[in-house]
Amino acid sequence: MTRSVRDWLWVLVFAILITFSVPWFLWGSASVVAGLPVWLWWHVGWMCVASATFALFARTDWDRMMGADTAGGGEL
Amino acid sequence: MTLQPLGIVVGYLLLALGVGLLAYRVGDNDAEDFYLASRTLGTLVLLFTTFATLLSAFTFFGGPNLAYAAGPEWILVMGVMDGILFAVLWYVIGYRQWLIGRAREYVTLGEMLGDRFASPTLRALVAGVSLLWLFPYVMLQQMGAGEALRGLTSGAIPYWGGAALITVFMIAYVMLAGLRGVAWTDTLQGLFMLSVLWVAVVWVVNAAGGVGAATEGMVAANPDFAALGGGIYSPQFIISSAVTIAFGVTMFPQINQRFFVAESKAVIKRTLPLWPVLVLLLFVPAFMLGAWARGLGIQTDVNGNVLPPLLLEYTPAWFGALVIAGAMAAMMSSSDSMLLSGSSYFTRDLYRPLVEEATDRKEAFVGRVGVAIFATLSFVASLFRRQTLLEIGNTAFGGFAQLALPVMVALYWPGTTRRGIYAGVVGSQAFYLLSVFTEAVPSSYLGGWSASVVGMLLGLVLTVGVSLVTSAAVGEDASVYATGAD
Repeated sequence: MTRSVRDWLWVLVFAILITFSVPWFLWGSASVVAGLPVWLWWHVGWMCVASATFALFARTDWDRMMGADTAGGGEL
Repeated sequence: MTLQPLGIVVGYLLLALGVGLLAYRVGDNDAEDFYLASRTLGTLVLLFTTFATLLSAFTFFGGPNLAYAAGPEWILVMGVMDGILFAVLWYVIGYRQWLIGRAREYVTLGEMLGDRFASPTLRALVAGVSLLWLFPYVMLQQMGAGEALRGLTSGAIPYWGGAALITVFMIAYVMLAGLRGVAWTDTLQGLFMLSVLWVAVVWVVNAAGGVGAATEGMVAANPDFAALGGGIYSPQFIISSAVTIAFGVTMFPQINQRFFVAESKAVIKRTLPLWPVLVLLLFVPAFMLGAWARGLGIQTDVNGNVLPPLLLEYTPAWFGALVIAGAMAAMMSSSDSMLLSGSSYFTRDLYRPLVEEATDRKEAFVGRVGVAIFATLSFVASLFRRQTLLEIGNTAFGGFAQLALPVMVALYWPGTTRRGIYAGVVGSQAFYLLSVFTEAVPSSYLGGWSASVVGMLLGLVLTVGVSLVTSAAVGEDASVYATGAD
């Protein structure tokens, strides 16, 4: 079973999603914006990005990574 | 006056029992229905039963306590853990297990592994290891319930009385209703917890003069709290905790079993994007309350909990009781599922292989008895063993996390051998147990990486390494895990 470029793109997307789920570039930053620490706002935003990404993945390439029914699902 | 909050809690317990009864009338009487609700859960119920099961006494007490003591970064740890890592594993482990479980009618993790590797011993080993870690965790929930009720009634109900009350109710509705009842009450409990939490936040924030003022107060009381990192929150701590908990969660019997129960592929798909959203809705308010309490000058109660005194200070007594009922809901929705899964591991993987010809109906009966025995034993243990919630909780998550990587290797790599997975499971468990219970194996490595993460890597290396140098034993069948085109 060979992985296509598209598969690897998804792996990359998930890797980015995981890596920046902690805003390392804000490490030590104590800025407060609109009542909450700025890193907490990043967290809120990133969770929304994650949710949208997961939704897109579920809609388009869900079965790709399982090697099952790459034609687009619908067997169940 | 001290008994009025108790009325609210008891009313709530009766409601849960009623839901259990309702589910009992709908269900069948065989083992698959008892343990898995005949694999028919829809999106809302699956999402909330998994979510409510994930949340324990720890979320409600330990989390805010940690935020109070060390800063609100715990939001990030739990958010990353649950909203990102667990969501990805929901697909990587969960969906694959669902595909395989549906095709082969598996009910437990041990069953799935034992079949693939033609090894009843492996099946028993996985069940045994799981029960070893599950037991103290159930006990932890009962301890939390006992403490919460004692705090709520200012000591009118003793610690043991609160724990006993919760235990009896759980036994009753789990025995009656099985997973369908558990899932329905979980959904109720999950929605209830979210609602009371948000009302509590609105109340406290209003009293504190708004979010900005609450945060200013927090920073004034402890200037480090707004900054990301510092104190216990090193990168190693954040990553170790999030990784351990996320992988550990997937191997907790009550969560792992939920990988088998979705009604259809569409249900699993729809659930995935909802994880990060739920996480935001719950962890941000729950842990910010703990952190803000620092600025509001709240002192923790005798149990070291910050949430009860905070609510006592800023909300009416009846509302405080509702939130404690919410915390009870969190404990119960974790414990009921743990009891059920623990019982299924015991009956299917340990009892049934030993006792020939247990019929389906009989197995469901034995499963029910198992629930009562398990709950009673852990209740008795909760009377004797006192440690802080955090310590026990972390130990159990670490123990389960050790199973995750060997299982993932087996799920995806046809080259995995029986000796390989044995080496991975036994080696990582031995290492982790030694690190927890002896001084011989350190619990921290290279500037703060936890023993559980090191043990996980060891399990991975052992599983892959030993599989590479051994060949498949007689009866092993990698095609059992094939999921279609490959």
